[in-house]
Amino acid sequence: MPDHEPVLLRRVGKPGSQAIDGYLADGGYQALHKAVTTMTPEQVIDVVKTAGLRGRGGAGFPAGVKWGFLPKNHPGPIYLCVNGDESEPCTFNNRVLMEEDPHQFLEGVILTAYAVRAWVAYIYLRYEYGRSFRVLQRAIDEAYAKGYLGYDILGKGFNLQVYLHRGAGAYICGEETGLIESLEGKRAWPRIKPPFPAVEGAFRKPTIVNNIETLACVTHIVQRGADWFKSMGVPPDPKNPRDAGSYGPKLYNISGHVNKPGTIEAPLGITVRELVEKHGGGVWKGRKAKGAIPGGISMGIITEKEFDMPLDFNGPGKCACLGLGTGAVTVFDEETSIVDVLYNITRFFAHESCGQCTPCREGTGWMFKMMDRIRRGQGRKEDLAILDEVAKSIGIMPGTTICGLADGAGWPVKNAVEKFREELEGYIKQGKKTTPLTLVGAH
Amino acid sequence: MATVIVNDKPVEIGADKINLVQAAERAGVLIPHYCWHPSLSVVASCRMCLVEVGEKKPDGSVAMQPRVVPACQTPAKDGTIVVTNSPKAKAAQAQTLEGLLLNHPLDCPVCDKAGECTLQDFSWKFGHAESRMIDDKFAPPNKDHIGEHITLFTDRCIKCSRCVRFTREISGTAELEFVHRGEHEEIDIFPGHPCNNKLAGNVVDLCPVGALGNKDFLYKQRVWYLKSHDSVCPDCSTGCSIHVDANKNIVYRLRPRENPQAQGWYMCDDGRFGFHYINSEHRFLRPFRRDKPGGSPQPAPWEAVLPELRQKLKDAVKQDGSSVVGVLSPFLTCEEAYLLAKYFKGLSGEVRLALGPVPVVGEDDVYPKDRKGKAVPLPEAKFVIHAEKCPNRKGVEEVLRHFQGEAVAFDEVLRWVDAGRVKALYLSGGYPPRPNGWIGDDAAKSLEKVPLLVVHDLLASPASERAHYVIPAASFAEKDGVFVNQAQLAQEIQRAIRPPGEVRTDGQVFLDLMERRGLVHAPTIRKELAKEVPYFASLAGEPGEHGLKLNGAAGK
Repeated sequence: MPDHEPVLLRRVGKPGSQAIDGYLADGGYQALHKAVTTMTPEQVIDVVKTAGLRGRGGAGFPAGVKWGFLPKNHPGPIYLCVNGDESEPCTFNNRVLMEEDPHQFLEGVILTAYAVRAWVAYIYLRYEYGRSFRVLQRAIDEAYAKGYLGYDILGKGFNLQVYLHRGAGAYICGEETGLIESLEGKRAWPRIKPPFPAVEGAFRKPTIVNNIETLACVTHIVQRGADWFKSMGVPPDPKNPRDAGSYGPKLYNISGHVNKPGTIEAPLGITVRELVEKHGGGVWKGRKAKGAIPGGISMGIITEKEFDMPLDFNGPGKCACLGLGTGAVTVFDEETSIVDVLYNITRFFAHESCGQCTPCREGTGWMFKMMDRIRRGQGRKEDLAILDEVAKSIGIMPGTTICGLADGAGWPVKNAVEKFREELEGYIKQGKKTTPLTLVGAH
Repeated sequence: MATVIVNDKPVEIGADKINLVQAAERAGVLIPHYCWHPSLSVVASCRMCLVEVGEKKPDGSVAMQPRVVPACQTPAKDGTIVVTNSPKAKAAQAQTLEGLLLNHPLDCPVCDKAGECTLQDFSWKFGHAESRMIDDKFAPPNKDHIGEHITLFTDRCIKCSRCVRFTREISGTAELEFVHRGEHEEIDIFPGHPCNNKLAGNVVDLCPVGALGNKDFLYKQRVWYLKSHDSVCPDCSTGCSIHVDANKNIVYRLRPRENPQAQGWYMCDDGRFGFHYINSEHRFLRPFRRDKPGGSPQPAPWEAVLPELRQKLKDAVKQDGSSVVGVLSPFLTCEEAYLLAKYFKGLSGEVRLALGPVPVVGEDDVYPKDRKGKAVPLPEAKFVIHAEKCPNRKGVEEVLRHFQGEAVAFDEVLRWVDAGRVKALYLSGGYPPRPNGWIGDDAAKSLEKVPLLVVHDLLASPASERAHYVIPAASFAEKDGVFVNQAQLAQEIQRAIRPPGEVRTDGQVFLDLMERRGLVHAPTIRKELAKEVPYFASLAGEPGEHGLKLNGAAGK
């Protein structure tokens, strides 16, 4: 594969990449001009649908299809919520977009609002992203000043108000209905569906919730067309009729035990090995990798043998993982104890379960208690079977909970018990810790 | 007609908009549930009601959904298939129960809810016998400060959020809230804002486990000793359907009984906690006679008092029938009011009948309220505590109208007394002790002018202090009969305990005065009433569990 010319990250690192003047000089807001002057909102939706843009937030739902769920001829208001609550561990691709090139993403917001006929867009920003907040607020103010936001945008009678809303620091606010609840000032308890947000969302009005990276892609799709977007990535698997293909560029994060952690852009379908070896500079300290988390910890765990897995919307499924997730790969080296990895993961989910559904609330807590005990050297042989069963039943069994958090909590445990059973059994048998206990990546 | 198939059994649901829990109930299948309650919004968060769901297509083919589905969240439609007993559904239910019990303390022996706890019941029917968790349970401290009448055993909570939704959707006062996340989640109040609204007691009934406790009932009785009797709360004209829970002639608690025709699912704290006068030691336990004005009342046996009273009333009627006044209390049942009216009109058609004092306190209290205490407009009201603090004004009025064409108010009686036109006055009561009482000192003082004053009541009052005869009354829990509420709904009250001491039920006293033989039997008298008074014609049969609306063609 020839080297990919960055699209989303093309302006990152340029001096003044955050300011509107620089963005305009680089051809910014041309897509907006094009859409507002030459396209109807339906045409914008069509081009995004044709491009096969799938949500970059984790679930990979086609964005254009989602917009199509809005009720036709709705008198309004329709809301656009932008999911900037990037709280999946090891994930930081939205942050780069917001901090380095906020106008590219903002243009996507305006285009999407134009397409779905929203009058108001709320950007729900993760609390911890203080710098993003400041940069984004400045960008929004600039856009208002230049007339890209506000009333009668570009003189075409299209109005849009954008509000930047800062969350209060909970993982569950990244779930789209949890985000809406939180935005309304409530406890971020995901809602039961139906009704889906497109029918009844924020403030009980039709609402579209999209991820930041998805909206950044919209800017380029509108400007360069669907064919350009489809020239990158992986076409649908002909054997799988439900596969919508994995097109377009994607931001990948590499973190963990690599020499060069960071965010890179590549067409969908890059393999984990390529990411680690080529972009991540290989595993640190000359060691070998033991495994990795393919796309945020909710997606599961892969072993080093599975590193040739392509990171598209289908690839991780072939390695018994949940899916692409956020495309954030975290590598752990051969000296990392899988017990520590699991301990950290289960602790995260026990801490972040919103507490609404019984299986998740109690199951995540139980898995953490078991991992904590195992790590202290008091594990029992049957604990692994229980861990496996709980992981499978709290979320992986579809329908047991309202949202996907329990699903995400289950996959890494299930994967680890299946793929690293020997090591776990050995640890439990030994009855005491193999390595000194250190907190890995405290959060 | 829509048909739902529950575990291979078809059940007709008509055009009703119901969910699968309700549909299964009609088929006789229990789908366990905690968070769902018919009067509250659906959150589908306890995940106890997970079932397998499918659809029978018109062509007869069946398509099952691959996932388990919460029955409470799924509307029942024609052709819906519900499977509650498949291995997958059972596994999901057992898994949820195992989860619920992970952090739930096994303190059933000291828990008030034991015996009527759905966590116990469902664990028995749908769960595992043993917990596989060997780690420490999360045990947050109890919160006794959560309300004046309610207490919280925090660790027993299963986070169904019924109480939280109740205070938001029904009372509207929103005192209860979840704090923290995950398994560390707890119910709590905002500091300094306890859950003291007038409907707060209902959260204890709503609680499917023993987390929320009723301070009034706490540790008083094990529930399996209690016998439950269907009755009606006598504290206001809403006429909430209730259960009277009693053991060994002591009433321990009142609980609301679901009745869509009366009040819905709930009752107010005034009624719920206001029944202790039944067990009061200050009640009249036998008849009393006062020989001279201002003298102390002397206990007298029924055998002496009744003939004496009968004779004195007869004499008074002989002198001037219109100087004898019988006052029918709005706390009498319809049957009792009928008997008393019949008795006096039997003495002479000239005897005048009147309605007893109708206690009214403030204005109707409408819920839900907003956080500032302002009520919603009436059509959306979920619960109303009526200002009229008696259960049967409507019924007694109708009896009065039948027997003398009008229901004379008590103030009119006082005017007659002031004018010196009353020679004998029979005041029936049954008034519970409430602030300010049912009769003021001034009014009672004017009654001193009456040469024969009979007060038939539960407790001492300014009137009874001046009475020549005090007849003990029976409380609502000690008698059978029918009350008619403000919406003209006739509901049956049932005797839950025996009257204390030598007390005879009011109906029995009236029968004895009439010299009718035998023991009072409310249904028999009700039949008589239905035959004689057209308004009550439809009561000839049984009023039924949910009562009978009387505002039909029979009369107004």
